[in-house]
Amino acid sequence: MKPLLLVFALLLAAFSAALPAQAIEPLPFKDHAQELRFQQLTAELRCPMCQNETLADSNAPIARDLRHQVFDLMQQGKSDAQIKQYLVDRYSDYVLYDPPVNPATWLLWFGPLLILAAGTVVVVLTIRKRSRAGTPTTGTIDHGDDW
Amino acid sequence: MSRLLPFVAFLALCGLFGFGIWWNSHHDQTAIPSPLIDKPAPAFALPELDAPERTVTKASLLGKPYLLNVFASWCIECGVEHPLLQAEAPTLGVTLVGYNYKDQPADAKAWLARHGNPYEVLMADLSGKTAIDFGVYAAPESFLIDAQGVIRYKHIGPFTPEVIEKELKPAIAALSEKSS
Repeated sequence: MKPLLLVFALLLAAFSAALPAQAIEPLPFKDHAQELRFQQLTAELRCPMCQNETLADSNAPIARDLRHQVFDLMQQGKSDAQIKQYLVDRYSDYVLYDPPVNPATWLLWFGPLLILAAGTVVVVLTIRKRSRAGTPTTGTIDHGDDW
Repeated sequence: MSRLLPFVAFLALCGLFGFGIWWNSHHDQTAIPSPLIDKPAPAFALPELDAPERTVTKASLLGKPYLLNVFASWCIECGVEHPLLQAEAPTLGVTLVGYNYKDQPADAKAWLARHGNPYEVLMADLSGKTAIDFGVYAAPESFLIDAQGVIRYKHIGPFTPEVIEKELKPAIAALSEKSS
């Protein structure tokens, strides 16, 4: 009985020693603050393989690899900005959920404003035309202002 | 005129949506434009698949342009593009380099034994770490790298006869123009 127990204990010890190398997730964070930082950062990064998932959410193999890479870079003392730049250098701005403002993204950033402006112009023109055509018969009193 | 406005707006929307359909049917929506085009390929040192004690490096491949083809035995689309690659490889005029991505060596060898091996050089990246430097996120992906080690062209997804004729061959032709 005793030798069997010993073998069992040894096996257990061997497995638990092999575990940190094998169990890739959860990652061995230094402290809770680092874990929070990791979660926040990977939630701002987009998985290259799956357009609508963050690195934090995705189960794609590449997302797992990139999470590990982000983790490793964190251990090397890289800042969030440096880690983002590392990924952008390899996978382009696509990986950022918060795209930077540059000529390629002007339409993305300011397109909605353009549409709003166009809508405003149409509304103003329509109102002006109606007030000029004179529709006081509908009951409203025209004070003379365009609005 | 104002009566026509809704109709004009409707036509404009039709145009916009039609353009969207046309654009998406001509472009792979999942393909991310690589920021590495016209930049030096990242340095790498990977073991050969058949002889892991030997290492293939970026430096050892310099001097002649090559097509780096990222493939894996688990990748279904790689099997789709493989016969085409095999047929075209001898006439492309560049070295075909195989990049076995996140694959068990035994699986990769069995896959190549079954499908044929068109690769002149064949290296293995079991962990996929080097592939991150190349911006690889799925297989198959292919990089055309010139004699100076600069990435000139990248194709994401399987090669088709159309892509080889319209994109790869002109890109290879542009290489020899530059060097001569």
